[in-house]
Amino acid sequence: MSLRIYAIIYLIFLYAPIALLPLFAFNDATIIAFPLTGFTGKWFGELMNNTSLHTAVGNSLFIAVMTAILSTLLGICAARAGAMYRFPLKAGVTGFIMLPLVLPEIIVAVSLLIVVVQIFGWSLSNWTIIAAHVLICTPFCIAILNGAFQNLDPSMEEAAMDLGESRFGAFRSVTLPLIMPGIISSMLIAFTISLDEFIIAFFLSGTSPTMPVYIWGLLRFPQSLPVVMALGTILVALSILLLTIAEILRRRGMARAGVKDKGGFL
Amino acid sequence: MWRKPTITEGARGWLMISPPFFYALALMAVPLCAIVLFSFWTQDFMTVDTTFTLNNYREIAEKPIYTALLQRSLYVSTCVTIVTVLLAFPVAYYVSFYVKPERKSLWLFLITIPFWTSYLIRVFLWKVILGFNGVINTGLINIGLIEEPLTFILYNVNAVIITLAHAFAPFAILPIFVALEKIDRSLLEAAQDLGENRVMTFFRVTLPLAMPGVVAAVLIVFIPTIGDYVTPELMGGAGGKLIANMIQTQFLALNNAPLGAALAVVAMVSVSAIALFFVLLNRRWLRGRS
Repeated sequence: MSLRIYAIIYLIFLYAPIALLPLFAFNDATIIAFPLTGFTGKWFGELMNNTSLHTAVGNSLFIAVMTAILSTLLGICAARAGAMYRFPLKAGVTGFIMLPLVLPEIIVAVSLLIVVVQIFGWSLSNWTIIAAHVLICTPFCIAILNGAFQNLDPSMEEAAMDLGESRFGAFRSVTLPLIMPGIISSMLIAFTISLDEFIIAFFLSGTSPTMPVYIWGLLRFPQSLPVVMALGTILVALSILLLTIAEILRRRGMARAGVKDKGGFL
Repeated sequence: MWRKPTITEGARGWLMISPPFFYALALMAVPLCAIVLFSFWTQDFMTVDTTFTLNNYREIAEKPIYTALLQRSLYVSTCVTIVTVLLAFPVAYYVSFYVKPERKSLWLFLITIPFWTSYLIRVFLWKVILGFNGVINTGLINIGLIEEPLTFILYNVNAVIITLAHAFAPFAILPIFVALEKIDRSLLEAAQDLGENRVMTFFRVTLPLAMPGVVAAVLIVFIPTIGDYVTPELMGGAGGKLIANMIQTQFLALNNAPLGAALAVVAMVSVSAIALFFVLLNRRWLRGRS
């Protein structure tokens, strides 16, 4: 019983910062502190008129969509190889691909910065950020897709091939429908990670900032903080929505694959 | 009879895994080598001098600021890891042993949600909670527990530790939960049938079997925290800056990429060495259990 109380207090600790967001987003004062002074929707109104914010959001959305597609494609390859084939050095190769999960983000950022700018002399753009985001999102995609590929019987594809389908045709018409919920769930997670990622984007963004980089700039100006709170409220609501959809699809995918759900994304 | 040359299963597996493998090779392994190479070079404003030199490492060893920052970073990462894992273990234990199976994924979902929401804004909100006019101080003054706002919880190392412990919570809970889920419950009954009480059962059966999860949690919290510069920048004040802030400054403000690269290499090597030592210390719990 006391464990249950502890777990609930822990959840409150986890949610405390997010719970404050809407309070200050609707508060009629420029200073982010208690006591609250009154209700207003004007900070949300200011978001609508901010064109540099709109550009930043546009950049972030483009990066996040590309990252979601590319890292999920790489994730499908790795999860399929992991689930369906035995091959030499399998554990080592898989571990190597999962390594970005524990690599400090600043190391990923500076090492890519050196290669892109100092060695190749390329200029930074949205694509440099996409390249880095795909690297750090792929392990998460693999973790989710592993769940979808688990218990997928390889003999089903063989049966389809015996009946005249090509190898790719068998994958498309037999396996793909079964792992579709997992694919969408993986894309949503990669999208969420990329949209929110700051440390790497700060190093690798070109002339036009992404949304987190733009928010970082705003945090230095006290008068712009309420607008940040309003933006944050929208972002949190959006990510909770996306994650809920991802979770529902992940569970559906597990159910389709006939696996007992052990819960969790990781 | 003529047969189409068949590709072996091993070759097919390699073909399948090669796109993510070569991607990681090109965008992780090659850049990591580049950073090591770069740390032996020097840079004068925009021109990079590619003669091999140990000057960057010499500078790091000789100037006290770098050693001080590195020590503080390792101290903060260690504290964050201990706090996070100790606080997380009971939650993972509760979800694994006391929550009904059909409710487990809901709990895990609730635990992971805050982790996915805007990192920058979450860190900033801790400033609102811990600040001079923050939630904790106004709250404690209002109920009359304190007269003056507490100042030891913002713009110092403590604030950095609290914020990072919050940010990495799910990273610690999930691996421990997975390890606890694998424990065969009949082992616990057996221990109690043989006369162990509940506390001793926990320490002699549950905890040793959960150790792989605890070790994974330690690594997955300890290693990445060294690379965070957002939290020390926003929460640390003047005395709470860490090695990652210095790396960032060398690269982006001072334009001394080789020194930044050397600092990154030193930070990575120290963290990996400590992590490896920790794994070796715990190897008897990790061996031969699945």
